[in-house]
Amino acid sequence: MADSDRLENSPIIANPQKQTKLLAALYLAQEEYGWLNPEAIEHVADRLGLSPGQVRSTASFYSMFNLEPQGEYRIQVCEGLSCYLAGGAETIIDYLAHLLNIQPGETTADGKFSLEVVQCIAACGSAPAMRVNDELYENLTLERIALIIRELEGGSP
Amino acid sequence: MPRESDLPKIVAVNTDEGEPGTFKDREIVEQDPHQVIEGVLIAAYAIGASRAYVYIRGEFFLGVKRWIKAIADAYEAGFLGKDILGSGFNLDMSVHRGAGAYICGEETAMLESLEGKRGEPRQKPPYPASVGLFGLPTLVQNIETLACIPHIIQRGPSWFAGIGTAESKGPKIFSISGHVNRPGNYELPLGISLSDIIFGYAGGIPGGRHLKAVIPGGASTPFLRGDQVNVPMSFEGLAEAGSALGTGGIIVMDESTCIVEAVRRLSKFFAHESCGHCTPCRIGSWRIYEILERVEKGEGHSGDIDLLLDLVDGIDGHTYCPMGSALVNPVRSAIQHFRPEFEYHLTHKSCLVNGVK
Ligand code: FES
Repeated sequence: MADSDRLENSPIIANPQKQTKLLAALYLAQEEYGWLNPEAIEHVADRLGLSPGQVRSTASFYSMFNLEPQGEYRIQVCEGLSCYLAGGAETIIDYLAHLLNIQPGETTADGKFSLEVVQCIAACGSAPAMRVNDELYENLTLERIALIIRELEGGSP
Repeated sequence: MPRESDLPKIVAVNTDEGEPGTFKDREIVEQDPHQVIEGVLIAAYAIGASRAYVYIRGEFFLGVKRWIKAIADAYEAGFLGKDILGSGFNLDMSVHRGAGAYICGEETAMLESLEGKRGEPRQKPPYPASVGLFGLPTLVQNIETLACIPHIIQRGPSWFAGIGTAESKGPKIFSISGHVNRPGNYELPLGISLSDIIFGYAGGIPGGRHLKAVIPGGASTPFLRGDQVNVPMSFEGLAEAGSALGTGGIIVMDESTCIVEAVRRLSKFFAHESCGHCTPCRIGSWRIYEILERVEKGEGHSGDIDLLLDLVDGIDGHTYCPMGSALVNPVRSAIQHFRPEFEYHLTHKSCLVNGVK
């Protein structure tokens, strides 16, 4: 049986080293550039020896890659069935929209918050749930949401 | 897996489950990576693979971090790498983070994604066992299965087969959510009664309200009525009741739930997550969602229920991958069990249960 070096060099694998790293590279670029602007796409394409079109095509398939600028805090509220049954979804989305004075899909004028609606974030057993950047918030109440926003308004990420 | 092939073989671990009501993978990913690493090692040894890829759902931030650490620890302890514990067996393992696409739970879509491409499913055959990741023979397994393997090896197959029913063997992690007092993940023998899970383990329904409907096996399985819950949670038991075990994700709805709204919401999920590859799924799911949306709002047309059933028939079995047909079950079964509620929306332009809420 081959060791992993033979695997990496296997002739039937067309450049696996490059393409396999694409998702990871996109995450890194997104962190560095804030979002996947044309410059970031170019950078990734350059480093992996792919065409910018190829990179953009893959990036656009996945919801976690931002092809538009986002707020410093990207708030994603789940509207899935379990969150809805637990009293979440629109109740929370409407509350946040009112609190931040933006609609889902928008970013606050100061660039601090963006609000998004997502489908399910695997917290259905501790619903309602939302995510802010890498942080998952579960068993939400409107009072807790107000506190979370107040805290984020004060601090930096 | 072709025995005679001298191509390098691969194990690919799927943890990309992500549909409303099913949340067991997150718990396994976050809470016990080492149990799974052991399972992967055994699986790799069994098929003679020396490379394993662990694909973790993009949203599991904590899980990704824990897996990177767990794999590093396993290398450090000599459980991964070259000549593991002097056995002459080699296995390299790496973590790959998905990026938010439900379809990547489908095995060939996951392989595409692992290769750094758009996660669109491949045509089968060939199956991944002969042509998988990078064209190599690949064993794709779900994380829940792999987590069972060390225990089966340690205690023997008859121990495992002694749990559950004659046709559905072993334990299963049931995720339960919705209108119950204690939602969460419960590992129980297959064949346990659905009503025991809802009223026993999950503590029953809040506020003493009545049970109206249950989705017993994740968002793509048919609805059961509240009076159908004396059913064993096994493949055969649920099939007999007209539903399916699916992922074991149980969604409980009490009498305050509008079924039209519940299905509308599920259909939005499926429409949203369609990868767009084939027409019945891409167009059909959005059409179903739009119709349910107007019916729910009281703006439906008189033929809408039949139109929904027509659309569902057009999708069923005509999609490129099984995910495409996933929407068929909840829509068809909801109409079958709760047709008067759909009709009420059409004739009264309002919801039957609003008063109860
Ligand atoms: S439905 Fe909201 S987290 Fe699953």
